[in-house]
Amino acid sequence: MAIQLQINGKPYDLDVDDDMPLLWAIRDIVGLTGTKFGCGKALCGACTVMLNNQAIRSCLTPVSVAKGGSITTIESIDALPQGKALQQAWVELDVPQCGYCQSGQLMSATALLLSNAHPTDADIDGAMSGNVCRCGTYQRIRQAIKNAAQEV
Amino acid sequence: MSAINSPALDRRQFLKLGGMLGGGLIVGLQLPAQVLAAQPEASLTDLGAFIRIGHDNQVTLVMPMAEVGQGVYMAQSMLLAEELEVDVDTVKVLASPANAALYGNPAIGGYQVTGGSTTIRAFWTPLRQAGAVARTLLIAAAAQVWKVDPASCKASSGYVYDASGQRKLSYGELVDVAAGLPQPAADSVVLKTREQMTLLGKPHHRIDTPDKVRGKAQYGIDFQTANLKHAAIAVCPVLGGKPVAVDEAAIKAVRGVQQVVLTDEAVAVVADNTWAAMKGLRAASIQWDFGDNASVGMEEVVQQLDSESQQSGGLARNDGDVEKALASATTRLEAVYQLPFLSHAPMEPMNYTVEITDKRCDVWGGCQTLTLAQATVAQLTGLPPESVFINNFLMGGAFGRRLELDGMIHAVKVAKQVQGPVKVIWSREEDIQHGFYRPYYYDRLWGGLDAEGKPVAWFHRVSGSSIMARAFPGAFVNGVDPDGVEGAKEPPYEFDNIRVEFRRVEPRGVLTSWWRGVGPTHNVFMVESFIDEMAAAAKQDPASYRLALLGNNPRARQVLELALKQAGWGKQLPERHGLGVSVQFAFGSYLAMVAEVAVSEQGAVRCQRIHAVIDCGLTVNPDTVKAQIEGGAVFGLTAALYGAITVKDGQVQQSNFDTYQPVRMYEAPLVDVHIVDSLEAPGGVGETGTAAVFPAITNAVFAATGKRIRTLPINPSELKV
Repeated sequence: MAIQLQINGKPYDLDVDDDMPLLWAIRDIVGLTGTKFGCGKALCGACTVMLNNQAIRSCLTPVSVAKGGSITTIESIDALPQGKALQQAWVELDVPQCGYCQSGQLMSATALLLSNAHPTDADIDGAMSGNVCRCGTYQRIRQAIKNAAQEV
Repeated sequence: MSAINSPALDRRQFLKLGGMLGGGLIVGLQLPAQVLAAQPEASLTDLGAFIRIGHDNQVTLVMPMAEVGQGVYMAQSMLLAEELEVDVDTVKVLASPANAALYGNPAIGGYQVTGGSTTIRAFWTPLRQAGAVARTLLIAAAAQVWKVDPASCKASSGYVYDASGQRKLSYGELVDVAAGLPQPAADSVVLKTREQMTLLGKPHHRIDTPDKVRGKAQYGIDFQTANLKHAAIAVCPVLGGKPVAVDEAAIKAVRGVQQVVLTDEAVAVVADNTWAAMKGLRAASIQWDFGDNASVGMEEVVQQLDSESQQSGGLARNDGDVEKALASATTRLEAVYQLPFLSHAPMEPMNYTVEITDKRCDVWGGCQTLTLAQATVAQLTGLPPESVFINNFLMGGAFGRRLELDGMIHAVKVAKQVQGPVKVIWSREEDIQHGFYRPYYYDRLWGGLDAEGKPVAWFHRVSGSSIMARAFPGAFVNGVDPDGVEGAKEPPYEFDNIRVEFRRVEPRGVLTSWWRGVGPTHNVFMVESFIDEMAAAAKQDPASYRLALLGNNPRARQVLELALKQAGWGKQLPERHGLGVSVQFAFGSYLAMVAEVAVSEQGAVRCQRIHAVIDCGLTVNPDTVKAQIEGGAVFGLTAALYGAITVKDGQVQQSNFDTYQPVRMYEAPLVDVHIVDSLEAPGGVGETGTAAVFPAITNAVFAATGKRIRTLPINPSELKV
């Protein structure tokens, strides 16, 4: 069954089952590996992408749900002023350690700034607590979001 | 001595190698003689140089240590660039292949291992020397070209300048001449003093960050190649069990499934993509023969520890006469402390891609023990070690997990039955349920105080699994696991009568291994909790009590005093808030922490702030030191609040981040790190924060509630109002 997906502005015709999670379509079929597999149960946020500018956990979202929508992954957030500012703030503060969760962190943060230009600490807690970082970079993530919000 | 002068590699071989690598100047690194002697016949094919300077000015550093998130690529580039006189961002780093003779870590007996917070300590001198040797050669080459005295020339940012500063030659223009000059001995070059350093000790951005924020960094799980197959794996839930049967028809009914593979311990479904493989595995209805360990449970594990810990263990330290001192003490204390099994749970689940042909085996994935991996895969495949290629990748965290080779072994066993490359991915559940866990420790401590409350006797008996006895049996001597007593054997305090014992108790059906912070993560909790108990028994302030015992330990005293000052020790706090302190000497560094916690009426513990002060000697990249302590503290906090792996009927009961909870953004403390300006030899950093944070938290809980935490994780129901 062919499904057409719009990923980072490009159309893809994928011959996959309706129930395949978006994560595996993006990673294994399209070949964009910036989006990570972490838990498979929407518990860690490593797989976060945006569907119509909303953060979603792609490990549990079937491709059928994304049909007709616009998907944004880490590979293209620099096209958004919020995404670009966040990436710069991440570099400036050297947020990543192992870096594995950071794609998901940046996607959640981008979705946050798209809906809320000046998030408070409580807003950051709300938007970012679904993203786990085992290296413990949370305080730098928080600061980087605040720095980026000032730049946009 | 550079590797050029080593017994293994003569000059001719090096020149030949230079040709193979595209020419240029190649300088090796000095390793202790015993490492080279261990493998004298290093062949040209598996040789890579530590530093190569090309005609195009490109400086390449072949990295001996693995990047697991600790910032080692950046730190090692800085060590090299400081002496080589190049801009640090012009250094290209490559992961080294497996070869202990060339890339062994001198701090870990020459094995090629990334662990124990040893990287900077081991390579601090050799990397700077190698940079200085290359710089000396390049200056000599320029001097020869200009026919001037080398002492009149100067190197800077990849160029050599003459005395006037008018003439300059780039390193790339000089490499051919330099390669023909005699190399100075590594210990003959003069290294920069602290004042002359321009890079080391100053914060620098990590070179790996830009790729990591763009999704471009490649971890093992991201490896792709033509005709790649994807496999999902289920290892028997009980250690030692095996698969008996699967519903092959149901598996193959899943679209995209190619093959079902049974190994001695696992079932794998091979498919066109990961999702099909996972779906196929879900349909497998696997029947297992659980074997002898199906009855293992926590009661058995704890009972065994409780009973064995009542008997004496191997003697790690015995100063004075502890028994006599205990007998004559005014006050005697006795406590049992328990720490649970812990999973590493790095964000990147276990995975390896393997391709086996008649002639060679390739493995792609992150690994902390390259040479052992090569030998192990050679044995499994029947191929000679030189036909096994371990292609190392960035690791999405490891925390000790990828010191073990089980993930690679499972993948190789699957790949032996598969044509072409296959990527074997574990689900998060597999990752958490098939770990090598931090041992369950059951320690007994006895202490004696005199009439003034001063400690006169300290007796610590560690009981638990010995990881060294399994992994490096030669290091397990007289019943003592040196890692098992690290942090216990040399507490920072002065005790006239101190005895430390190690009692090896191996649990049935549970594998154990190192976990971030290794020995100190366990022992610093015990020591810093028990000293806090002594202070409480003496009715003294826990910080002053410690300071009084640190008379001969000025570095420990200094970090503690600074941390107390930063935290405002003694300040008024709201009800059920408390400050707790810990101080440690571990991995060659001194670290003091003060944690501030609030305990809710329901008993939930929230750590709001941590003040850390570290003296890790000379720092390479201070921002990396800070990052490691910030993150290390959160890693330990997670375990203190939530971490426990438990076993029932031989099976691990936790499975994902819902039952094995991590600390998340909303509950992450602000960690404030202060680095003491120090000229001492560099100490390790990556694990210090994790080790120090446990007792700082639990001592703060004691300050807030009067309840002493002797068993982790913290149980909120015991802290309810």
